Amino acid sequence: MNIEHLYRQVIMDHYKNPQNKGFVADNSYLTIHLNNPSCGDDMTVQLKVEDHKIIDIKHQGTGCSICCSSASVMSITLMGKTFDEALSILHEFYEMIKGYPFKKEILTGDAVVYQGVAQFPARIKCATLAWKATEQGINKIMEDEING
Amino acid sequence: MIDVDSIRKDFPVYSKQPQIIYLDSAASSLKVKSMIDQVDHYYHTLGVNVHRGAYDLAYVTTKLYEDARKTVANFIHSKEEEIIFTRGTTSSLNMIAGSYRDILKPGDEIITSELEHHSSLLPWMITAQKTGAKLVYIPLTTTGRITVENFLAVLSNHTKVVALTHVSNVLGFLTPIVEITKLAHEKQAIVILDAAQSAPHMKLDVEALGVDYMAFSGHKMFGPSGVGVLFGKEALLNKLEPFEYGGEMVDEVYKDHATFKDAPLRFEAGTPVISGAIGLAAAIRYIESIGFYAMHEHTEALHQYALVKLKAVKGVTIYNQSAENPVITFNIDGIHPHDIATMLDQYHVSVRAGHHCAQLVSKFLGVSSTLRASFHIYNNRADCDTFIESIITAKNFFEGF
Repeated sequence: MNIEHLYRQVIMDHYKNPQNKGFVADNSYLTIHLNNPSCGDDMTVQLKVEDHKIIDIKHQGTGCSICCSSASVMSITLMGKTFDEALSILHEFYEMIKGYPFKKEILTGDAVVYQGVAQFPARIKCATLAWKATEQGINKIMEDEING
Repeated sequence: MIDVDSIRKDFPVYSKQPQIIYLDSAASSLKVKSMIDQVDHYYHTLGVNVHRGAYDLAYVTTKLYEDARKTVANFIHSKEEEIIFTRGTTSSLNMIAGSYRDILKPGDEIITSELEHHSSLLPWMITAQKTGAKLVYIPLTTTGRITVENFLAVLSNHTKVVALTHVSNVLGFLTPIVEITKLAHEKQAIVILDAAQSAPHMKLDVEALGVDYMAFSGHKMFGPSGVGVLFGKEALLNKLEPFEYGGEMVDEVYKDHATFKDAPLRFEAGTPVISGAIGLAAAIRYIESIGFYAMHEHTEALHQYALVKLKAVKGVTIYNQSAENPVITFNIDGIHPHDIATMLDQYHVSVRAGHHCAQLVSKFLGVSSTLRASFHIYNNRADCDTFIESIITAKNFFEGF
């Protein structure tokens, strides 16, 4: 375990200067709220979607640097992606976080700096909270479509 | 005087993991060898059931189990018949709160506090919801204490139950339970005490405390996990419906009804936690061999030593400087507790980060989470020094970005 592998400069930059942070009062956005009751992390993600494509992501939460920075990184990683693209990126992100091999051509950009989290099992939930929220949002939209 | 080097020889984890700086005893203490040996003895040389068999091994096992009950009874100054072995504090408190779902009525009041661990709060919250009784919170002082004066402000003729923590697991504050119990009894209310945090640190005498029910766990007092105690006054216990039905709690069984034994067996349906009970008794004997006075003197000295050092670190907020229990709950400006805890773990310093199963305390403090360091007899000044040094390193690390 090397602490430098967890707290990378990129992560701390996103923590201090998060992208896409803050809510919009616009009911065309789907809002998903998730929390981690054991540590108090609390994350809300807003998604604006058109034709199975994420056209905007907002996030707001309280939590540690890993949790909050990860929400920012998630927002820039999944912004503009189709549902199919987003779901496959999410899959690769989870694989990486668990320490498994992942497809570097699918998961690109700042998200790969969370590779170090695999060495810190206690922090996996922090790193994935915002990503899980977006995944839940996508799944909900698709389920709602099926159920009419 | 406690000699930590010799104490550590009694805790095998230190020979397996010599690097640990364990400051999370309020969550679970380390485990003492004499307890492990006793549990081992049961499984290696006995391994049979209690109460039932007509053979020698069963007699020996039953004697060990019932002797464990005597040990616990002496430990808290109760009768043997008043000691029920349970799965832990959570189980004990749920049992009592569950029983009162048949007893409480709409308009009755249950007094509790924001200092409660979820295991003391939630069972009564559900009982209130199911019965129409009202949950009433004692207003805390600005520092977060329960006082007799504030208790009096909520005590009324409607009060039927007072369910309180003896020592807060987050803030380490001691509840003035003796006075509260006297006042509650004047209103014919029953008092349930969550002693999970006090049992490992102070002498509990149920006669002096006066409480009607009391719960604590083995694993926080050097004993095994999976065993706890519910103390209840004999006269009250035998009026309660059994919590569970099955073997050994029953008296006579007919096709359409059955009669039940008196406490404690009335509440110990099925095969009990035999290894846990005899393990807990061994842990209690260990505590008694050292004595609460010596334990307190040692842990309180460490507590104060660590407090002084922590206060000297810039940007630290301590929420419980006057705590009676050796526990320090704090935060560091601008750095999330989880980030600090991960950094401390690099130095093998184990602390708790989060809301410590007491979300109302975090809400009271106005924070989403806190760090908690707690001390016990196997800790020494070097542990405190490394703890503080790693806090400073963590602070510098995160402030460097």
